[in-house]
Amino acid sequence: MSSTRANDAPKETGEAAKPAVPDPGLKLRSTNLNFFYSSFQALHGISLDVNTHRVTAFIGPSGCGKSTFLRTLNRMNETIKGSRVEGEILLDNENILGMEVSHLRRRVGMVFQRPNPFPKSIFDNIAYGPRINGMGRRGEMAERVERSLRRAALWDEVKDKLHKSAFDLSGGQQQRLCIARALAVDPEVLLLDEPCSALDPIATAKIEELLFHLKDNCTVVIVTHNMQQAARIADYTGFFLMGKLMEFDTAEVIFKNPKVKATEDYITGRFG
Amino acid sequence: MASAVTIPPTARPKGRASFLSRVFSGDSMAQALALSCATLILVITALLVGELWVHSALAREKFGLRFLITSVWNPVTGEFGALPFIYGTVVTSVLALLLAVPFGVGAAIFLAELAPPKLSDAMTFLIELLAAVPSVIIGLIGILVLVPMLLIVVPPIKDAFGDHPPFFFSGPFYGPSLLAAGFVLAVMIAPFIISVSREVLLAVPRDMREAALALGATRWETTWQVVVPFARRGVLGSVFLALARALGETMAVTMVVGNTPKIATSLLSQGYSMASVIANEFSEAIGNLYPSALIEVGLALFGLTIVLNALARLLIVATSGQEAK
Repeated sequence: MSSTRANDAPKETGEAAKPAVPDPGLKLRSTNLNFFYSSFQALHGISLDVNTHRVTAFIGPSGCGKSTFLRTLNRMNETIKGSRVEGEILLDNENILGMEVSHLRRRVGMVFQRPNPFPKSIFDNIAYGPRINGMGRRGEMAERVERSLRRAALWDEVKDKLHKSAFDLSGGQQQRLCIARALAVDPEVLLLDEPCSALDPIATAKIEELLFHLKDNCTVVIVTHNMQQAARIADYTGFFLMGKLMEFDTAEVIFKNPKVKATEDYITGRFG
Repeated sequence: MASAVTIPPTARPKGRASFLSRVFSGDSMAQALALSCATLILVITALLVGELWVHSALAREKFGLRFLITSVWNPVTGEFGALPFIYGTVVTSVLALLLAVPFGVGAAIFLAELAPPKLSDAMTFLIELLAAVPSVIIGLIGILVLVPMLLIVVPPIKDAFGDHPPFFFSGPFYGPSLLAAGFVLAVMIAPFIISVSREVLLAVPRDMREAALALGATRWETTWQVVVPFARRGVLGSVFLALARALGETMAVTMVVGNTPKIATSLLSQGYSMASVIANEFSEAIGNLYPSALIEVGLALFGLTIVLNALARLLIVATSGQEAK
């Protein structure tokens, strides 16, 4: 069992703040993580734990580093020239910075801000990940695709047009397709970078409901600029400000009884 | 109906008045200007075709369609058939594409995806410089460097085939040949393919790459399976540009192709091309029929360019029909 930690928040989470269900265990642990874009330091000593089968949300104003932190969890930031990471991130007690990167990203999937399906058919979009990772023989692929689409609550809408272009889908459907695509390689952790910011409220509601079910067999980490969304779906919430993690606790504590003044100011709408 | 608020009917726009007022607004002026520029292109093309059509009347009337499918070219007896030139142009252009497309696309992938940006920019500058080299210079290099090189390289390859070389590699080899012309053309069109393809690859949205990387694709898998297919249309566009250039190229081909109007299956034999025959013979074409026949060759070259481009476009439509748009 791990306690939740926040580097800048002096108070440890009290027993009262623990969720009713005991934590099943630690999935990801970031320790004193610094991140630099060339000479600009975007993250300052981030330390926090992500628990298995829980939804962890990061909130904060634009440019606060929440997306940057999310993207260090699958080392997506490495594609940016001049970027540099210091510190340690453990995935099941193994430092991800030493892992083979494509292997890491197979285990830690990601969904982006804007839906980004490949210009292929719906089926081929889902099957791409399993194919490159050598998962599933030919006969099993259809089954795997169906399972992924069902998990992303998209199957009923697309089952009759699996071989049509993914671009024919609506924005919300495309985003759920991207979630299904990420799920198709059976990731242990799913990172979502503001997945609803380009979607209308109905599509957003569908995705939120989906995330709620996803945590049964996947650890979910989501960045959102929508506080209501975080309050609705998150078990744990971290508040980022200026590259620092101001407070990290159960969502209940953050939204009802924040211990740090800046968090309170932000969630009550005094800035941001 | 819960609301008691009545909404006044929207005024109907007055057709004529609003049309006139719009004609004189900035939008329409810009549109008219752009439209006239676009029309000008069509007008120039039409004039070109018209001119070729009119001046080739004599040859067209005398030979009809036979002109395109006979292979006797004898100015003395007044027999003109353009098939050897059509054949030479098609063979050298296709050979050039076969050589330049894999090389050019490969180089573009390197420059766009793998090379450090500074190196990529420097090399792209050099490559674009290469595109600006006058074709006569490329032709000279062809005569002075490429042909002597081929004379060293080709005979051992031919010997390796033994007594029964494949049809495209048979017969004697003297240097100037369809093969040499294909190589020279490949050097000339590769810069177009590289430079345009590189731009297109660089324009592939970042989120496409990230989507593949996030699924555990390696860098190469991302490039080859996602970035290149995404840029496919643009890359093919660069190939069209290259094809058009290869079909019309005159000077460099003339200098290395051998200028012999015959049809031989072997790439080692000499040949001729449509553009070359016009350039070589037009100034000495006397009488009425001879120049008219050369102009008809020009007309046929124009038609061939259109046909090959249309075929290439059909090929895209056919191949992209299987997958998503």
